[in-house]
Amino acid sequence: MTATSVDARTVPAGKPRGHVTNRRAGVGRLAFLLLSPSVLVLGLVIGYPIVSALRISFVKTTEGIDANTGLITRTTGFSLDNYTNIFTGETGRLFWNAFWNTTTFTVTTVVIETVVGVCMALIMNRAFRGRGLVRASILVPWAIPTAISGLLWRWIFTSQGIANDVLNTHVLWTTEGIQSWLAVVIADTWKTAPFIGLLVLAGLQIIPAEVYEAAKIDGADAWRTFWRITLPLVQPALVVAVLFRMLDVLRMFDLPFVLIGRGKMSTDTLSILAYNEMSNLRFGPAAAYATVLFVYVAIVAYVFVRVLGADIVGRGVGRSK
Amino acid sequence: MSAPVATGRRRRGAGWLYYVGIAAIVVYCLAPFYWMVVSALRRPADQFSNALLPDPPSLDNLVAAFSPGNGFGRALLNSVIVASITTVLTLILGISAAYALARLEFRGKGTILSIIIATSMFPGIAVVVPLLQLFVDINWINTYQAMVLPSMSFALPLAIWLLTAFFRQMPFELEEAAQIDGCTPAEAFRKVIMPLAAPGVFTTAILVFIAAWNEFIIAVSVVNKNELKTANVIVSQFTGQYQFDQPFGTQMAAGVVVTVPLVIAVLLFQRRIVEGLTAGGVK
Repeated sequence: MTATSVDARTVPAGKPRGHVTNRRAGVGRLAFLLLSPSVLVLGLVIGYPIVSALRISFVKTTEGIDANTGLITRTTGFSLDNYTNIFTGETGRLFWNAFWNTTTFTVTTVVIETVVGVCMALIMNRAFRGRGLVRASILVPWAIPTAISGLLWRWIFTSQGIANDVLNTHVLWTTEGIQSWLAVVIADTWKTAPFIGLLVLAGLQIIPAEVYEAAKIDGADAWRTFWRITLPLVQPALVVAVLFRMLDVLRMFDLPFVLIGRGKMSTDTLSILAYNEMSNLRFGPAAAYATVLFVYVAIVAYVFVRVLGADIVGRGVGRSK
Repeated sequence: MSAPVATGRRRRGAGWLYYVGIAAIVVYCLAPFYWMVVSALRRPADQFSNALLPDPPSLDNLVAAFSPGNGFGRALLNSVIVASITTVLTLILGISAAYALARLEFRGKGTILSIIIATSMFPGIAVVVPLLQLFVDINWINTYQAMVLPSMSFALPLAIWLLTAFFRQMPFELEEAAQIDGCTPAEAFRKVIMPLAAPGVFTTAILVFIAAWNEFIIAVSVVNKNELKTANVIVSQFTGQYQFDQPFGTQMAAGVVVTVPLVIAVLLFQRRIVEGLTAGGVK
């Protein structure tokens, strides 16, 4: 990764001269020593896969029978086939379907989760007894492994399950079709809306009470206060929360995989499609799907950071004091 | 999390509607989990009963979950091994990297931090596909390291980010004082910063462990031997007596076992977890 080269430049190769340079070089060398293990590991588990996936996705393996010996021969060569196959024909249909599912899941769940999360945060923002209990319960959906929550919702949505019982319906939720799509949305919303609520709550709590008092004196009603004061002030926290949720849903795998199963037109995501190819040892197409997904995620992240100004780094570093 | 006192004083007359809202949140969050526990405690014969309490309660599902054929006990051990090793390695690497990023001045710092944060957005499947092919080549399929190493791809950026935020919060005078007293930067780190950073490190450890414990896509891809599968994977693959009969009762019981340690951790460390989540803003 580029990080290594950037870092390496900060450490002068020769013996440092003079006291100040000596000290600075010492700090630079220390930083290099401290950072390089992490950069090395990330290079191995992130950098290598990016490069390797790109390489694999352009390689096509063709099996044939040698006319002279009658043995199976394997030839590999550079080819764009994996990509052209993604966008055309029967595989193209599967791809665009998965692309559509991934996108609709992302948009729908993030919108619902944001609205529900903000409502939860507004309720929790008022001091009350038993705050700890509510906070603990709001962490429960977050803490449950997604695969286990997928099983839990599969059980809730079985034909004779509690969902049909409560709704007084006989819907086959976990088979195929719009209801399966909806089941995934519901399960995902349950798991992550409280998490958004938690992040928004943290943003709400740093709004000084004086701002609200001033609004009250100016005669603003609750509705107006929310739109003109609360929302703009909580926006930085909200944008980051929404960005992370979006990136998380774009790569969604566990939930539809366990809740509905793979090979379903209504719920297969890009991750599941890539997994399918991989489990059939077709690494070329799998890598092509993975690369397309990676590019998609990168574009969304870029748009968020550049257009909406999601200040991710600033949050992590806390703007040095 | 600092709870401002002012908020409470501002709106005192809460009213019943407000408590309805609180109750709705608690029910929303806990009802599905409650259903998992209740379903786990039913007799297998009552499995499809939708009564709100198990009547009579029974531990049969729990016993069935641990029946030798399922390999669930071993899977739990595997989960503990993989999540623990991942957490320890991540902390060792993460602490040193975060210390450099938070406390030392050097060129290219912003770039490195941005890249590390960007890596946390990387889709898991894009890590798994190339690494699986690599692991096939070097015979790493069905090994612990094949699960631990790829897990660093999400655990390490998370840890570095959280730890950097925690290290930043400490006053810079600390090291200066230590250096005036004759400490080298390394000694200042070990003797002054680390003891004070312990709570932040602990919070990071909890969050990384939970993330590693919940991991699914890597574990389901690089292991196909039952003896090495993690709990999440093996529970999702439990088979019933008949091929198409999904043993929900057993799965719910196993799910409760997998989840209960996390719920206990949440109850014990909720303050820290919330502090970590809101410092990092990550899952």
